[in-house]
Amino acid sequence: MEEHFQHLYQALSHVDGYIYPNEIDLHWGLMIVLYPYITGLVAGAFILASLERVFNVKVLKPTYGLALLTALAFLLVATLPLVSHLQHPLRSYEIFMTPNPTSAMAIFGFVYLWYLMVVLLLEIWFDYRLDFVIWSKKSTGFKKYFYKIITLGINDTDEKSAKLDDKLGYFITVLGIPSAFLLHGYVGFIFGSIKANPWWSSVLMPVIFLFSAMVSGIALVMVIYMVVSWVRKVKIEMPVLDTIAKYLLYILIIDFTLESLDQVHRIYEAEESFDIIKVLVGGKLNITLIYMQVLLGTIIPLFTIGFFQIYKPSEKIRKTCYFLVGIMVLVGIFFMRWNVVIGGQLFSKSLSGFTSFSAVYSGMEGYLMAAVWLLLPLLILAFLLWLMPPWKKISFKVN
Amino acid sequence: MGTEKIKENRRKFFKSSVALLGGTLLYSLLKPFELIAQNKEDAVKEDKANDTLWGMGVDIETCIGCGKCAEACKIENNVPKEPFYFRTWVEQYTVKNNGKVKIESPNGGIGGLKQSVPDKDIFKSFMVPKLCNHCTNAPCVQACPVGATFISPDGVVLVDETYCIGCSYCIQACPYGARFMNPVTKVADKCTFCYHRITKGLEPACVEVCPTNARIFGNLRDKKSKLVKFLQKKQTQVLKPHLNTHSKVFYNGLSSEVK
Repeated sequence: MEEHFQHLYQALSHVDGYIYPNEIDLHWGLMIVLYPYITGLVAGAFILASLERVFNVKVLKPTYGLALLTALAFLLVATLPLVSHLQHPLRSYEIFMTPNPTSAMAIFGFVYLWYLMVVLLLEIWFDYRLDFVIWSKKSTGFKKYFYKIITLGINDTDEKSAKLDDKLGYFITVLGIPSAFLLHGYVGFIFGSIKANPWWSSVLMPVIFLFSAMVSGIALVMVIYMVVSWVRKVKIEMPVLDTIAKYLLYILIIDFTLESLDQVHRIYEAEESFDIIKVLVGGKLNITLIYMQVLLGTIIPLFTIGFFQIYKPSEKIRKTCYFLVGIMVLVGIFFMRWNVVIGGQLFSKSLSGFTSFSAVYSGMEGYLMAAVWLLLPLLILAFLLWLMPPWKKISFKVN
Repeated sequence: MGTEKIKENRRKFFKSSVALLGGTLLYSLLKPFELIAQNKEDAVKEDKANDTLWGMGVDIETCIGCGKCAEACKIENNVPKEPFYFRTWVEQYTVKNNGKVKIESPNGGIGGLKQSVPDKDIFKSFMVPKLCNHCTNAPCVQACPVGATFISPDGVVLVDETYCIGCSYCIQACPYGARFMNPVTKVADKCTFCYHRITKGLEPACVEVCPTNARIFGNLRDKKSKLVKFLQKKQTQVLKPHLNTHSKVFYNGLSSEVK
């Protein structure tokens, strides 16, 4: 506690203008930045997967399973930063036991569960059931037992059952698209519905969150596809990368348009809060918003992929550029979440001053913990890829 | 013989299972109606509670910025002494001759507010005590994911300390900065109008210690209360009316500079 007080005394000396005395402590830190970031990656990866399945973009076949497993790996971690940030994490189950129906955060718990249990797990199960049956016969040790249990005793391998799996899987993917929209649109609503905070309170917030989620998820799967191909020492299929990049471009354009619209609207209406927001954007958020989010995360990727639509340089250059663009977009969207969550707390609700934010390295809210939450899904993904490699699926070989 | 005994045992088992299940079901069906079955005395008590609607008036014209209210509140309610946690505080507004507004509230005004602007530069200056506005449409109550913060039947916004999960969503949702995360209890904390005192017929600590009667506490539904008289005589306003929170803290002499 003493350390926390010291931190606050330091923040107190950095207050600029007037803030309400209870506002010196920033209540939402790095963990709450990660929460919408990771959830967004899930929604985006899932939507990329459904492009192949529902919208029949056949060229994306090699990324379908990868995208689904990526979504699962990140979804399993998505709520952990949120729970670890709670002052009473052991009481978190109350969100499910006695949810307050008017609370955006309470209903998120159910949206999350629905998405995890009904959409992702079921879809992956239908997608893999036949393979589990076959793999359970071929493997030994842990894998054999895992496959056996996960088939849930449904061991049919005939064509009819495979077709049924496919049909049900398709149905769930169709159901999954609005669910993914709901999942991340909802995260946006958690912020957008706070009328006390003019930086958050915007009807566009859920839509912006949704499209930025798609941008980040698509970029993530693109990068993971390249890395996994390198590790497996197989050739990266350029049509796959070109197609993903094309979709990334489309969604990025929509995302950028929406965010610009939000800002233009603010600037033009110039309401009571505009004076302080102007100072916020020009000052405390200058680097993270203008340079990291807009320039690095949006403008450079937009122009790079846009340029490739007109002129296609050699595969090697394209590959390198796609990789870099993917990383840039991922960094950019991270800072988008940062600018929303941290930015919204840097100015006082008295609209008369600023507090400051300085993250620490250690502790539950520190950089190290944040790194853990970002690395953990990647480890889970590596495990999932080892356990159920999409490239070893029967359907993968047939098509 | 043997099979008959088994049959009998089974029948008994089924009977008691059905009775248990049915009993549980019936109990849960009847539970919501228990209010009807309450005796009349209880019902009268509840009516009385419904008659009260606590509110507060703040007279900016009489506040001298001594900060005694903020100090008394901290002592009365065990609020941590560090200058980051306040259930109530006093702001000093100074409008300068050049039109600029300076707002200050060092340590929430505890120890008394002192003017930092030279007299010759001052156009006007006034003090504004702040606290939870006990909104009828409370954004914090709307946002709390588990319903740990709620409005009592007599209109006071309270936090159930044993239930709050410490997510800080209510703090984000409060437009007035009236909530904080208590570093000791690790739950959201805020002004309760000194609920433990007002339910015993006493006044909130801040009201009791105010030397100039700048805070007027009372029952908004009682026409004879000091508070209703204050509202009748003075032109009062609430903070941030555009947010439609239906605040129950009313200010006399509120200037447009106050945010």
